Amino acid sequence: MYTETQIVNNSDDELVVNVGPQHPATHGVLHLVITLQGETIKKVEPHLGYIHRSIEKMCESLTYRQFIYATSRMDYLSAHINNHACALTVEKGLQIEVPQRAQYIRVIMDELTRIASHELWWGAMAMDLGAFTPFFYAFREREMITEIMEETCGARLTMNYMVPGGVMTDLHPDFQKKVKAFIQLFRSKIDEYDELVTGNIIFQNRMKGVGYLSKEDAISYGCTGAVARASGVSCDIRKLYPYDVYDKVAFDEILETEGDSFARYMIRMREMKESIKMIEQLIDNIPEGDYQAKTKAVLKLPKGDFYTRVETARGELGVYIVSEGATTPYRIKFRSPGFSNLSALDQMARGGKLGDLMATMGTLDLVIPDIDR
Amino acid sequence: MFIKEYISEIAKATKSLWTGMKLTGHYFVRPKTVITQQYPDNRDTLKMADRFRGEVTMPHDENNQHACTGCTACELACPNATIKVITKFELTPENKKKKALDTFVYHLDMCTLCGLCVDACPSGAIQMGQNFEHSVYDRSTLTKKLNKPGSKIREGVE
Repeated sequence: MYTETQIVNNSDDELVVNVGPQHPATHGVLHLVITLQGETIKKVEPHLGYIHRSIEKMCESLTYRQFIYATSRMDYLSAHINNHACALTVEKGLQIEVPQRAQYIRVIMDELTRIASHELWWGAMAMDLGAFTPFFYAFREREMITEIMEETCGARLTMNYMVPGGVMTDLHPDFQKKVKAFIQLFRSKIDEYDELVTGNIIFQNRMKGVGYLSKEDAISYGCTGAVARASGVSCDIRKLYPYDVYDKVAFDEILETEGDSFARYMIRMREMKESIKMIEQLIDNIPEGDYQAKTKAVLKLPKGDFYTRVETARGELGVYIVSEGATTPYRIKFRSPGFSNLSALDQMARGGKLGDLMATMGTLDLVIPDIDR
Repeated sequence: MFIKEYISEIAKATKSLWTGMKLTGHYFVRPKTVITQQYPDNRDTLKMADRFRGEVTMPHDENNQHACTGCTACELACPNATIKVITKFELTPENKKKKALDTFVYHLDMCTLCGLCVDACPSGAIQMGQNFEHSVYDRSTLTKKLNKPGSKIREGVE
């Protein structure tokens, strides 16, 4: 935090502006210290830690079944995918064979979560630019997904549906019918999104050529997900290191090369269509059988360290567990996508105008609890 | 040439703005497409999903009997120490000592509604209720005793 004296006594006509910790455009308690010269950004300094809940430390005192619920609270928009990553890591340690049915259910749920997350991002990003209507349209379709989740998993946002060895309960009988109805509706609605926002001239002028991130920078900042793929870095974990049934599904890794805000926007819009394609392939072919593998009552991971990574809606999530052979993990580390993506914000915004900062930040799709954990 | 481009740019821009406005107008004149729930007014007809996790409940049958054996599996499964199972010893007809449930304490204020306790219960004694309106004036009322007074374990549940 810069004090008043520091701001006033600043030399070189520089002005320091605090954006946040409470600011409507940061979607949470993110604090940015921006150094301005006139209206041009010289430096962006993110200050983190306002919503740190020490989830990693908390997980060390929970057993391998219990700690999964806490990870829903990291990146709450892709809570399901976080749970998936944790379940995969525990299964890797215990060498549990997950039944086919559970794998199919997991991947369908993951993709539904991804669509829901991207829809919320689309609405929130348009709101950052001053357009209020898209937010309601996005939430209208997202509501269908949350209702499907509520019916099968029991909760709308923090599902806690994954358990080591499969999923907690079997699918709701109406699940397939509802998902198909959603796909059919969503196909027509996504064209509406393009009509409303993508083709809009004001939107395009604020996005194209703004917030440029080169391929080299994207790699060196450790960006993943849509941010890196917009700069032409191939980093989709689902494609490069397939987990569960992703290797059986035909889908394209979406890549753009421009590296600007508009490219990042287009990546996510196209990813939603790709997710729809994946769900369509899987929804009719869910095999019969168990939804959960038989596991021991008390899970004990063998001594050693285990690392898994998955592709969340924001990028690559890595779960690292160090086990001493006890019922609780010795150390857990989460490599969260939002943290690395935020670190590239300085590079993107430097030299640009203050008004473009919010637009650039909107395309990063930041979830603050994911950054602070 | 420059003027031609300039004018076509303006025409394109105006068209893109109108396409967006057309969509907004489309929904503006069709109020039936609005999906907003009038929540406090629709409480009588509002039905939550069967699996919705609102609170932990212990169903009792008409004879005031439950299925809890007091095995504390739920207490061990809970990540937040929300559940405390207090047990006692009862005498069976064969004059043997048997563990039985005395009080099932449930701290709703600490519960994250993850559903691990219901998943862990071997006899299906606890379930997730659909009630989600938990706001109270006194926090201490959120600590609940789930087994009803005078209730007993159902015959045949081990």
